Amino acid sequence: MKVTILQFPGTNCEYDTQHAFEQLGATTEIVWHKEQTLPADTNLLVVAGGFSYGDYLRSGAIAQFSPVMKAVTEYANKGGKVLGICNGFQVLTEAGLLPGALKRNDGLHFISKHHTLKVENNDNIFLEKLNNGDIVNIPIAHHDGNYFIDEAGLADLEKNDQILLRYTDKEGNIQNPNGSVSSIAGICNKEKNIFGLMPHPERAMESILGSDDGVKMLEGFLAS
Amino acid sequence: MTAIVNVSLKAGVLDSQGKAVHHALDSLHFKGVSDVRVGKQIVLQLTETDKEKAMAEVTKMCEDILANTVIEDYKIELI
Repeated sequence: MKVTILQFPGTNCEYDTQHAFEQLGATTEIVWHKEQTLPADTNLLVVAGGFSYGDYLRSGAIAQFSPVMKAVTEYANKGGKVLGICNGFQVLTEAGLLPGALKRNDGLHFISKHHTLKVENNDNIFLEKLNNGDIVNIPIAHHDGNYFIDEAGLADLEKNDQILLRYTDKEGNIQNPNGSVSSIAGICNKEKNIFGLMPHPERAMESILGSDDGVKMLEGFLAS
Repeated sequence: MTAIVNVSLKAGVLDSQGKAVHHALDSLHFKGVSDVRVGKQIVLQLTETDKEKAMAEVTKMCEDILANTVIEDYKIELI
């Protein structure tokens, strides 16, 4: 299993992501954004978190035009598995690979804390090791995590089971930290090969560090 | 030629910054404000001298990168 992790100027979660996947037995490679091709043996492409291009203009706006993104789009369009975490989610929406957009948090503050999430749809490789209704404890760390999509787009997400995770309290009741439409924390595309979420599963790999609920999420990719 | 591009959140998309500024104005007793929208301004110095061509070019820039049309509107002024 080969996990390729993208690195833009300003990416800062590539090594955490590498560590997390290697802990699960995957081989990994970090690829600089100037590359025009992806390693041919890539089984999963991860757009890691951070602040690509300093979040200038909009989060993810400039990264979408990096040379490597053409290869990413081709890889995704051929059915390749792509995971965007935090800034990676923002890059994927800006690139049009996932629907919607991420706005400034409603409270205008950067939020960095553990948050509980509810698994909404496990009919996909990302969450197949979890059950619908499961509550997971995953850290969030973002300023622009306020997911927006118009009503028609939201209806499409609902209809196609593309809403993967919602922010909730420990009992599974909606608890929305950032103003996201329908409290959405993570989605996938219609074809279910491109995944994006604001929380950081790669930071929830050790119970001694607060939670290991990220393990089951990332394992889903390695099993398939 | 100079192009001034104003980018702001679309009507119907909640503008949290605008709301916060509105609240601050209210607490400073500026009571005559019914709504506030906060946007950003991008000023481009263009080498193009033909207004029509410049407008077409800047419109494409807005669609491609300067605005995210999922959530934002843009207005272009050429001077």
